[in-house]
Amino acid sequence: MSKKLSPEEIVKYFKDEFKTKIKSTQIRKKVAGLKKKESYSIWMKIDKSIFKPFIKRLCDLQFPHLAVTSGNDLGKTIELIYHFTLGYGTRFGEIVLNVSVELPKSKPEIETICDYIPGALVTEREKQEMLGVKIIGIPDTRRLFLPDDFPKGVYPWRRDETGPEKMYKNLHEVKK
Amino acid sequence: MKQKTTAKTSYHIPIGPIHPALKEPVYFEFEIDGERIVNVDVKLGHVHRGIEWASRKRNPVQILYLAERICGICSYSHPAAFALAVEDMADIEVPERAEYLRVIQAELERICSHILWAGVAAHEIGFDSVLYLTWEIREKTLDLTEYLTGNRVTKAIMMIGGVRRDITKDMIPKITKTLKYLKDNFEKLRRIFLDDKTVKMRSQNVGILTKEDALKLCAVGPTTRASGVKKDVRVDTGYFAYGDLDIDYMTPDVLTGGVNGDVYDRIIVRLLEVKQSIELIEQCLDKMPSGDITAEPKIAKLLAQLKKVNGEGVGRYEAPRGEDIHYVKLDGNDAPFTWKVRAPTYNNILPWIPMLKGEQIADIPIVAASTDPCISCTNRVAIVNNENRYELDKEELHRLSIEKTRRLMK
Repeated sequence: MSKKLSPEEIVKYFKDEFKTKIKSTQIRKKVAGLKKKESYSIWMKIDKSIFKPFIKRLCDLQFPHLAVTSGNDLGKTIELIYHFTLGYGTRFGEIVLNVSVELPKSKPEIETICDYIPGALVTEREKQEMLGVKIIGIPDTRRLFLPDDFPKGVYPWRRDETGPEKMYKNLHEVKK
Repeated sequence: MKQKTTAKTSYHIPIGPIHPALKEPVYFEFEIDGERIVNVDVKLGHVHRGIEWASRKRNPVQILYLAERICGICSYSHPAAFALAVEDMADIEVPERAEYLRVIQAELERICSHILWAGVAAHEIGFDSVLYLTWEIREKTLDLTEYLTGNRVTKAIMMIGGVRRDITKDMIPKITKTLKYLKDNFEKLRRIFLDDKTVKMRSQNVGILTKEDALKLCAVGPTTRASGVKKDVRVDTGYFAYGDLDIDYMTPDVLTGGVNGDVYDRIIVRLLEVKQSIELIEQCLDKMPSGDITAEPKIAKLLAQLKKVNGEGVGRYEAPRGEDIHYVKLDGNDAPFTWKVRAPTYNNILPWIPMLKGEQIADIPIVAASTDPCISCTNRVAIVNNENRYELDKEELHRLSIEKTRRLMK
């Protein structure tokens, strides 16, 4: 954790390897306080095909901290965003790396990263039940938050017909 | 306590959903061999309330108050992380004075939370007189919180682009008086927790989390710092006014020169952080510049500004239990498209497993409590339908824990 990297170096490190498979990158700078200390975050959109090699290359650079994976239902695709942090342990050295992958709704599948980062298990289980994404090779396929009697095929974060609309619409109706 | 008898040498005991550590529901299933824990499984979801879904019908300012209700102890942390995420994407520049005021509120909350935890930890090992002592100290801190914000628990102080209430000159004496009280009593607490023989016997070499496991399992906050991982958002990045302040990582080696990653180390880290928080508030009072307390005082104007934003942002905030991260995506509507809350306990679930493996049943309460879990932060929709299984209830478990302390004291 001692090596201090600049956000540009990190972006270059991945671009050298994956070239055009990295669809877009954005570096954001934020300042705060009287001394206007800077902190950086990187937003990257990558192609699904390089996802696993990307995570491997990331682990080779430095063992990252996976904060969480968040997800969006974008209509035709499901977007997963992996929020990593790098360079913690040095004053002002931390960089947030947000890696976004889009999965087609016809085949919402992605490989597990638990083999590289075992701590990803909780968030991967949550993505399975909340977004209906299939995580290939996940060590524990059970649900995390949803109870066992929650209907199958309903995913609370989806915005299409598999979303939870049917379940909450009539909550306030009086049953006769 | 009922037991399942099988042909196997080990048997399973489920604990929870009501109790294990704090007074919140989480369900453990332990595989036990004699007195030793062989394996652990954790089940969540009993207090999942669908808060993120509720946000789909609210605008960002209303969400601040919803975020406050995620958890009663971190009622400042969640709106703070949300505000940081929105400010990140909308490029709102927060006035400097507001950044200092935010630090003061954040550190006050940390003091309350850590002292509350210290009391609960003492209670778990049957040291109830300390519970009352910590509650007395915490009460003074809550009085100060009420004086500064108008509320004891849900503070309603955070606003996107600043804070809602200023600290005026005439308020300073009351703050310094409370800080002095805290410092005087801190020494008492330190002696009880770090020098007491019984506390040491119950907490040293119990519930060990190695540095390697802490890194691999992505643990956060005092739990990971007690294992020697230097990770603290306040130091790692310069959000709020932390970049101006003198602050360093609190790991147990600061005090003892070594890292064991046990319950005792987690006590040390939290106690050191209480002291650090007091000093940070003093630094803020010293350095705080004058000026505005919010970037945009008119809420309607702020909302109109946010309605034009199309993008996503991440807010990271060091809550008392560790890094709190919120992801927000705005798409030009009143309500955000996505709001994802990740509370620190979410990442501290997996580290429970290596901590509890190999320990005794009587150690479950103190080890589970040592990560300072906050279940309502972690879970957010509630439907409870557990099968009827044998349960080791709260009283029984607590009795076992106290018995162990008594046994050790003989």
